[in-house]
Amino acid sequence: MPAVSKGDGMRGLAVFISDIRNCKSKEAEIKRINKELANIRSKFKGDKALDGYSKKKYVCKLLFIFLLGHDIDFGHMEAVNLLSSNKYTEKQIGYLFISVLVNSNSELIRLINNAIKNDLSSRNPTFMCLALHCIANVGSREMAEAFAGEIPRILVAGDTMDSVKQSAALCLLRLYKTSPDLVLMGEWTSRVVHLLNDQHMGVVTAAISLITCLSQKNPDEFKTCVSLAVSRLSRIVSSASTDLQDYTYYFVPAPWLSCKLLRLLQCYPPPEDGAVKGRLVECLETILNKAQEPPKSKKVQHSNAKNAILFEAISLIIHYDSEPNLLVRACNQLGQFLQHRETNLRYLALESMCTLASSEFSHEAVKTHIETVINALKTERDVSVRQRAADLLYAMCDRSNSKQIVAEMLSYLETADYSIREEMVLKVAVLAEKYAVDYSWYVDTILNLIRIAGDYVSEEVWYRVIQIVINRDDVQGYAAKTVFEALQAPACHENMVKVGGYILGEFGNLIAGDPRSSPLVQFNLLHSKFHLCSVPTRALLLSAYIKFINLFPETKSTIQEVLRSDSQIRNSDVELQQRAVEYLKLSSIASTDVLATVLEEMPPFPERESSILAKLKKKKGPGAVSVNELEEGKREGGELNGGGERGDSSAIAGSNASTPSPSADLLGLRTGPPVTAAAPSAGSLLVDVFSEAGVNDDGFLRDLEPPTESSDSLLAEGPGDSDSAPPSVVSEDPATPLPESNELLNKFVCKNNGVLFENQLLQIGIKSEYRQNLGRMYLFYGNKTSVQFITFTTTVTCPGELQSQLNVQSKTVEPLIEGGAQVQQVINIECLTDFSEAPLLNIKFRYGGALQNLTLKLPVTINKFFQPTEMASHDFFQRWKQLSLPQQEAQKIFKANHAMDTEVLKAKLLGLGMALLENVDPNPENFVCAGVIQTKAQQVGSLLRLEPNAQAQMYRLTVRSSKDTVSKRLCELLAEQF
Amino acid sequence: MIGGLFIYNHKGEVLISRVYRDDIGRNAVDAFRVNVIHARQQVRSPVTNIARTSFFHIKRSNIWLAAVTKQNVNAAMVFEFLYKMCDVMTAYFGKISEENIKNNFVLIYELLDEILDFGYPQNSETGALKTFITQQGIKGQHQTKEEQSQITSQVTGQIGWRREGIKYRRNELFLDVLESVNLLMSPQGQVLSAHVSGRVVMKSYLSGMPECKFGMNDKIVIDKQGKGGTTDDPGKSELGGSGKQSIAIDDCTFHQCVRLSKFDSERSISFIPPDGEYELMRYRTTKDIILPFRVIPLVREVGRTKLEVKVVIKSNFKPSLLAQKIEVRIPTPLNTSGVQVICMKGKAKYKASENAIVWKIKRMAGMKESQISAEIELLPTNDKKKWARPPISMNFEVPFAPSGLKVRYLKVFESKLNYSDHDVIKWVRYIGRSGIYETRC
Repeated sequence: MPAVSKGDGMRGLAVFISDIRNCKSKEAEIKRINKELANIRSKFKGDKALDGYSKKKYVCKLLFIFLLGHDIDFGHMEAVNLLSSNKYTEKQIGYLFISVLVNSNSELIRLINNAIKNDLSSRNPTFMCLALHCIANVGSREMAEAFAGEIPRILVAGDTMDSVKQSAALCLLRLYKTSPDLVLMGEWTSRVVHLLNDQHMGVVTAAISLITCLSQKNPDEFKTCVSLAVSRLSRIVSSASTDLQDYTYYFVPAPWLSCKLLRLLQCYPPPEDGAVKGRLVECLETILNKAQEPPKSKKVQHSNAKNAILFEAISLIIHYDSEPNLLVRACNQLGQFLQHRETNLRYLALESMCTLASSEFSHEAVKTHIETVINALKTERDVSVRQRAADLLYAMCDRSNSKQIVAEMLSYLETADYSIREEMVLKVAVLAEKYAVDYSWYVDTILNLIRIAGDYVSEEVWYRVIQIVINRDDVQGYAAKTVFEALQAPACHENMVKVGGYILGEFGNLIAGDPRSSPLVQFNLLHSKFHLCSVPTRALLLSAYIKFINLFPETKSTIQEVLRSDSQIRNSDVELQQRAVEYLKLSSIASTDVLATVLEEMPPFPERESSILAKLKKKKGPGAVSVNELEEGKREGGELNGGGERGDSSAIAGSNASTPSPSADLLGLRTGPPVTAAAPSAGSLLVDVFSEAGVNDDGFLRDLEPPTESSDSLLAEGPGDSDSAPPSVVSEDPATPLPESNELLNKFVCKNNGVLFENQLLQIGIKSEYRQNLGRMYLFYGNKTSVQFITFTTTVTCPGELQSQLNVQSKTVEPLIEGGAQVQQVINIECLTDFSEAPLLNIKFRYGGALQNLTLKLPVTINKFFQPTEMASHDFFQRWKQLSLPQQEAQKIFKANHAMDTEVLKAKLLGLGMALLENVDPNPENFVCAGVIQTKAQQVGSLLRLEPNAQAQMYRLTVRSSKDTVSKRLCELLAEQF
Repeated sequence: MIGGLFIYNHKGEVLISRVYRDDIGRNAVDAFRVNVIHARQQVRSPVTNIARTSFFHIKRSNIWLAAVTKQNVNAAMVFEFLYKMCDVMTAYFGKISEENIKNNFVLIYELLDEILDFGYPQNSETGALKTFITQQGIKGQHQTKEEQSQITSQVTGQIGWRREGIKYRRNELFLDVLESVNLLMSPQGQVLSAHVSGRVVMKSYLSGMPECKFGMNDKIVIDKQGKGGTTDDPGKSELGGSGKQSIAIDDCTFHQCVRLSKFDSERSISFIPPDGEYELMRYRTTKDIILPFRVIPLVREVGRTKLEVKVVIKSNFKPSLLAQKIEVRIPTPLNTSGVQVICMKGKAKYKASENAIVWKIKRMAGMKESQISAEIELLPTNDKKKWARPPISMNFEVPFAPSGLKVRYLKVFESKLNYSDHDVIKWVRYIGRSGIYETRC
């Protein structure tokens, strides 16, 4: 049948689809599809030539079947054939099939790419558009490889139609997003930027999306777009609503374009050029003015478009954060929206206000809306809006209104939605701590918090209360009194019991004078809660009891009775049982003096960032809000310090990122005595006390540790090491170094001095110097115990190949090290040729009769023999090019292990031994270094280039040197350092 | 216990919803629809647990029956009940279809009230139900008091499945042994698995309250008799002409009328039969099965675009018997673009909608052989997956029991009325059908 007569109706397809729709069951549908597939297969069999129409029809059917969820494994060839058709509809179906069902089949991809190329070079705009759409829809890497060069040309060519330009811009955007490395804009940059001046609004709208994306990656290259964008924006804003005809949407001129322009501007700081800036400010004012005008239409689309521009403008104002006038106006405008009947507007207003509150200019203005916001928190129907209101309250809180806000949040907490309760609790806890003027208020607030929403009070919150109470003498008595009262409630939350147990255990004596809270009453009160609590709480209570014995000797018999009871001393839980046994023994054996020392009041906690704040940040996730919070934290710090005891010093420090959080300043405890002072003394005492009972003191000590975060440095280095080290120390095989020795080795790549190794017996310090191909290393062996080490011997060996590469000579050490003494050993090293292994240091000695044997890697690495070489940019690149053989280069792309701080990076690279060359690389972010490795046999020149990528938190490290093994080894060593 | 019972059509619309217990809420109806009927992946398990609620479902053509409970019930009991429910509905209005269910919804609710009480299954015997749940509307006026009290005494009495005072002029009974034979065979002809599941269905038109006794060639019974009985017993059964004397029954279940205590002690099956049609017993055997047909496949791939298939079937029973409704289904690859078939007997056709060649033969005598050969053209695809070669399946019907089961006797005793065992006309019929009868190729 002739295809022409049928037109484009594709009746067969319509019939097929209606058949499928009429199927009564899934089985019937599958049957129908199988039948159709068999039919299409017989049609595509190859011995018949199909006309374009039927090809199109069958490909359509296949597409439909695929979209119903069935596998299609044929018909690709026919679809590709359709691409070369001259009919729009056939081409379109072909492209549709390809973009939905393409797979990276090599031969087909070649054909498809060919067809696309033909269409791109044709003069027919619709065909070009189809091809561009297909590229964008597939958006694969292969596509990018094939067309990334072609599309920018189409985009900026003078004779391209507007519609094609639009498609090309969006297609390029898509390719850039999938494989940014393939889309190189270098030469096109300025011409792309000038698309902002295009006559056609559609082209501008498409181009601006592309430019926004590109300028986020490399802002400098696209800097010129700012002034263009500003002028474009001012033209739109000042135009009458009828000027733009097609692009006027419900009386608002080009709302989408305006929003995108404003968003583009948010990628850049405020323009420096006064004229441009003036124009922009004028624009923003006009937008704010327009918001005040009566609406031109009652339709919701009109107000939506207008508000979209307004909100985008406000976020630009917040982004600039430099125009107090505009900020206050924006704030007032948002204030109006707070009471708007549209829920979405209220939500957005609250959200924007949150960010406004963090600006110093508008903070006061935001504060004027406090009543409205509190009202919103109480009466709003939508939970997400309530959440925003809570956020805003948190953001606008400062010293002047903290009491009111905390009180409001507390009262809201009782009825708050379950999903936001935990966050609310954290916020209240942070605010209460941050703005606490007197600590009795703080303690009251937190106890209230536990009472109202105990389930949502996380560990961090009550840890923090205890830290603060312990660190502040003046509040301890009050805290003890308050928890005592709180515990008297018939039902109280387990967290309350924990806080109560801890505080009464520490400071119960402060309220013992009152007969109503005599020691026995306190104990009975605590013990009445004991049976209702979980195991960890019971363990804490047991510790509180033993502290009671120390504080009030009169309770001793009662408590011993309790500890002795079967439910404690034979408890099925190991932890509880151990505590009961140990505490009972401790209380009966130790004299009061010993008890008093062991169970001394907890020493003050070292200051650190509030754990609650850290948790709150974590909860928020890496979004915009957390950044705001950080900034805000800083600002609050400054403000607070004004009223604090040592305002000046910490106000300066407040601007430094490494300062502890402001809350730390507030407590005025930065120089508090370290906890370590108390721990060792207690430890040695405990050893005596328990020599009979034979109980491991470590576990015990750790139980008594205050509740801290696990990352506490004290805990990690102290008992942690002593647990793990002994088994490896006594390992018999001298050839295998400690598992952590590689790590130790990496520590010394960029430095020459430091502590090489430490366990509870031995500390090894190291000091080394290198010149040319020679090095000298001083090892200091320190005996940390009070017992002498005998038959102390050390041997340095070079395993395997290293023997011929490195010449190591060591002087012998004295075989006896007295307790607490230190001996020194000198090792001379000569580098014969380049090497990659490290020499091994084996240490043997007897400690109290037991043979100790341990093997370490000596931190001798190839880079130690570097001689720095200074050279100019020109020389550097010349040499770089000379070392262009593939084996001479080693490259590694890796993730940053540490923060990407430029100064730290520089210090590390200098420590490496190479010369750090300034002003060589065109990109100032990058580092280049040069140096010569001196060995006896030869000199190996090496060049290095390190390219940090702050966004991705990745580095690319390239090392070129005249010897391949050196490049490789250097690359390996360095990759661990950053 | 069953908390509720729902019937859905294929679209998931609820046709019948009967909730027996308060712990089943309205949302249970939707939960089943969303999680089972409209699930993305086809749900294959008959038991689904959604939010601590168990759903037991069976499907009859396009109709879903689901029993719901929150308790830990006996799943086998629930399914037995669902099947029974289907039987009852079929007995009342024929085929279970959306149309029929919609037309009879009042009746179904009435039935559901009767056969389930607070979730506990009650009398679900069709015969008994039919006496008081009728489709002719209220018959109260016409029923005498006597009749009504008779119904009450029957339903509440010891023999709930049969009413008293039944009279027939001709005492007749029909006994059908229906078996379905299942097989999976390797291409080389090795039996991978085979079993027969059979049913003994009885239709009785007997007067009074007859006591029946059913005997078959159960191995245990025969052996016991052989040991203690006379020597001519085995000779007798040889005269009967069957190759096998006795069969080993793996497991069996009986209709509630069978006295289980007697079966347990003496292994004799005695009962007072319900009136009309019912299923006396169900059983399963796995040993010494007579496979009525043997399928010998031969598949050869010629290049990437062609496939040659040859299948031979051999009938393996007495030449005097005739098998009927024979259908062989040969699966074809998914990229088949054309098929040519030649067969000696019957008709063969490529059915694209089922991706198979279907070969039908009306009748075939025993110890015969027939053959089909087909050439399948394939369309080259870019899919690397190989064709999985599903097994060739077969359907048939034969007039004997593939398990070897024989009815030895069925005796009827009625002491009160004066007709004896000899006066009853008895008909016995054996039908063997194919279940899943597959041969790999």
